[in-house]
Amino acid sequence: MSDAVAAPGAAARHPRVWRRRSRRASLLAWLWTAILAAAAAWSVSALDIEWAFFADAHEQAADLATRMWPPRWSYLPRVVGPLIETIHIATVGTAIAVVFSVPVAFLAARNTTANGFTWAIGRALLVGSRSVNTVIWGLIFVAIFGPGPVAGIAAVAARSVGFLAKLVAEAIEEADRGQVEAIEAVGASTAQVYLVGILPQVMPVLIGTTVYRWDINVRESSVLGFVGAGGIGIHLYASINQFAWQQVLIVLLAILAVVIVSEAVSARIRSRLS
Amino acid sequence: VHPASPESVDVTTAAPVAVDAHPATWRRPALFGSRGRQRLAVLAAVLYLAWSLIDLDIDFARVLAGFPRAVDILVRMVPPDFSRRELLVNGMLESVQMALAATLAGALLAVPLALAAAGNLAPRPVYLAARGFIVLGRTLHEVIIAIFFVKLFGFGAVAGLLTLAFASAIFLSKMLAEDIENVRLGQVEAVRATGAGFGQVVVYAIVPQVLPRAMGVLIYRLDANVRHSTVIGIVGAGGIGQTLSASFSRYDYDFSAAILLSIIALVALGEWLSDWVRRRLR
Repeated sequence: MSDAVAAPGAAARHPRVWRRRSRRASLLAWLWTAILAAAAAWSVSALDIEWAFFADAHEQAADLATRMWPPRWSYLPRVVGPLIETIHIATVGTAIAVVFSVPVAFLAARNTTANGFTWAIGRALLVGSRSVNTVIWGLIFVAIFGPGPVAGIAAVAARSVGFLAKLVAEAIEEADRGQVEAIEAVGASTAQVYLVGILPQVMPVLIGTTVYRWDINVRESSVLGFVGAGGIGIHLYASINQFAWQQVLIVLLAILAVVIVSEAVSARIRSRLS
Repeated sequence: VHPASPESVDVTTAAPVAVDAHPATWRRPALFGSRGRQRLAVLAAVLYLAWSLIDLDIDFARVLAGFPRAVDILVRMVPPDFSRRELLVNGMLESVQMALAATLAGALLAVPLALAAAGNLAPRPVYLAARGFIVLGRTLHEVIIAIFFVKLFGFGAVAGLLTLAFASAIFLSKMLAEDIENVRLGQVEAVRATGAGFGQVVVYAIVPQVLPRAMGVLIYRLDANVRHSTVIGIVGAGGIGQTLSASFSRYDYDFSAAILLSIIALVALGEWLSDWVRRRLR
């Protein structure tokens, strides 16, 4: 929205009162606002919201809070193992994703893919991997591998391949041609050109993105247990279903701590990289 | 083209050469500064992998048994069953509606929160409280938030709507607060010099500066909400995720495939649309 740009007609007529937008711009702004409001109104009315639920929601929330307090600290030792498992799922899943993301990125980058068909395959892999949420991947892999951390690792890897490959593919497309030509000039094969001419150029992007995705994955892994894919999530889910709210608070605090620490670690590594 | 000498081609598997004796062959530079450090990093990675695999107690026989099962599931997914169109369309529509309403509700909630979380506007205690709230809210996964709203509001789209609205408010206020903090002070001072109060400063000096970027972030969040709306149904918070979860638990894989393809199409469309709008906004 381009505010503060006076319409040429208005400037010529020297208006006496200052206006932020030209008549056309302000009309457009109002139109967009109206469309958005209509869309929101349609959505809310179509969702069939039972407003009565809102009446006592604050009481319910207060009730929940009092049931959670005080946290059952004796439960803390029992969540340490699942917490470590959560981090393992995120880390191993990310590591597997890195291995697969490099060939997918070369496939999906216009300048390194073999032909239009391979490019389409690469793009389809990117879109498919990225469009399905980690938890939904978890649902799929639990059906395949059965419940447990293996399904979680596969889910994290499946979602992260597309994420990493998309950014690496963009870096490959922006790679410096000069270095590629230099390697080609010494008679290197295509594989060698990719390995020596392009891969080192995209390495900073690959490492930075990997570290960034890892901390997202720690957060994602904390809920994979909801669909049976391992990690701390299963304990959260079980505690909630048993109405063991003091236990729930412990699990929440543990997740909070792990996610905040992993985010800080990731931010620190990335700031040192750049 | 020069015929390549064998040494210069053999760049990937260069023989080890003493570093001080002017190496005759080129060696790929080490990843982490020096060769010693690179070796250490590789060793650490291998050790970690070993530890995690032992700790996770993976049953490899079961993993291997998974591959034929994957093929079986894939076979049963083809062809995808789009015949229960009503269930599919209703679920998708509900997801989109939750995303739309939640984005706008989140935006409305985000404005006061962002003002409170902007270091250059809010008093210190308010600023710290708002930032703390944002950090806490960002840390918890949407599915965790959803499960609480399901407990409070029962199963269905209301819980999903509130979850997404909450997550959007947190995200949007964080981005907006950063934009407000980066506002150019000259314009603020100019407006203040005309005798404007706090509200007028916000409306005339800050809003025009942050609005273009805020619109972009809002569109981005709408796209993100469409993605998230497909998953929070797993814990009963409405939308297509609930339908998907049910179809999986009934081993209805051909219907699952139809839902998955629809989700991929919806998310891809949302992303394309959001990219297009944001490019036009710039």
